[in-house]
Amino acid sequence: MSVTSINKDFEALTLTLVADFEASTDKVWDLWADPRKLERWWGPPTHPATMVDHDLTPGGRVFYYMTSPEGEKFHGLWQFIAVDPPKSLEFVDAFANADGEIDGALPPYVAHLELTAHDGGTRMELRASFDTREQMDQLLGIQMDIGMEQAMSQIDALLAA
Amino acid sequence: MLHALADSTRRDIVRRCLGEAASVSRLADVYPMSFAAVQKHVAVLERAGLVSKERRGREQLVRSEIDAVRQARQALDQLEATWRGRIERMSDILAEDEGDGTHERDQH
Repeated sequence: MSVTSINKDFEALTLTLVADFEASTDKVWDLWADPRKLERWWGPPTHPATMVDHDLTPGGRVFYYMTSPEGEKFHGLWQFIAVDPPKSLEFVDAFANADGEIDGALPPYVAHLELTAHDGGTRMELRASFDTREQMDQLLGIQMDIGMEQAMSQIDALLAA
Repeated sequence: MLHALADSTRRDIVRRCLGEAASVSRLADVYPMSFAAVQKHVAVLERAGLVSKERRGREQLVRSEIDAVRQARQALDQLEATWRGRIERMSDILAEDEGDGTHERDQH
């Protein structure tokens, strides 16, 4: 089990996750810096990711899409705030449209990644924070809409059955 | 719960009572229906666990149970699950590549 600790701060709307890997810091950094490797872990097995742009520099971006089993594409975007290989990475993680623009439908969060040598391996700390209360409220509003929509489509399915 | 949300007035009540409670009489002012009709809608929502009712003086206050805290919890839980999956896959890749790099090992 490589996840060492998890902390969820509901007030600050921040998730902090610590994981330990039995590999060098360079190897763990490669998982982020090598687009082919990133494709192997970013999306769940049912929705593999394909990297379109991959520029790990401050101001650079990663633009990708994940493909559903039905062939539907979901685009996403990271915008880098800080990049310090092979130690740290800070970026905004957001949903995007097919043109690579941040899609307002869901609010982005800021991901802060820190890699340190630890116990002969590498400790990775990831902090994910929703930017502002406002964005969180937006997310909540949207989630509620999605929940409603799902409920509605389930009703339709039940009625059709 | 699906039945409770299958009505646009009831969905609107859930939204309206999100964060801040509203009295049944105030809700009755908003919709073109009787106090009793609104009360019926609230009762359906209450049975589904979507709102709670609280008596204050002569008024009944309705509050949505789909509150911000619960929603925030769900959002962070979802993010946690996503990242747990990712870390597991990262770990697998590191183990696999370790095998490729050094000598022949059994396929993972």
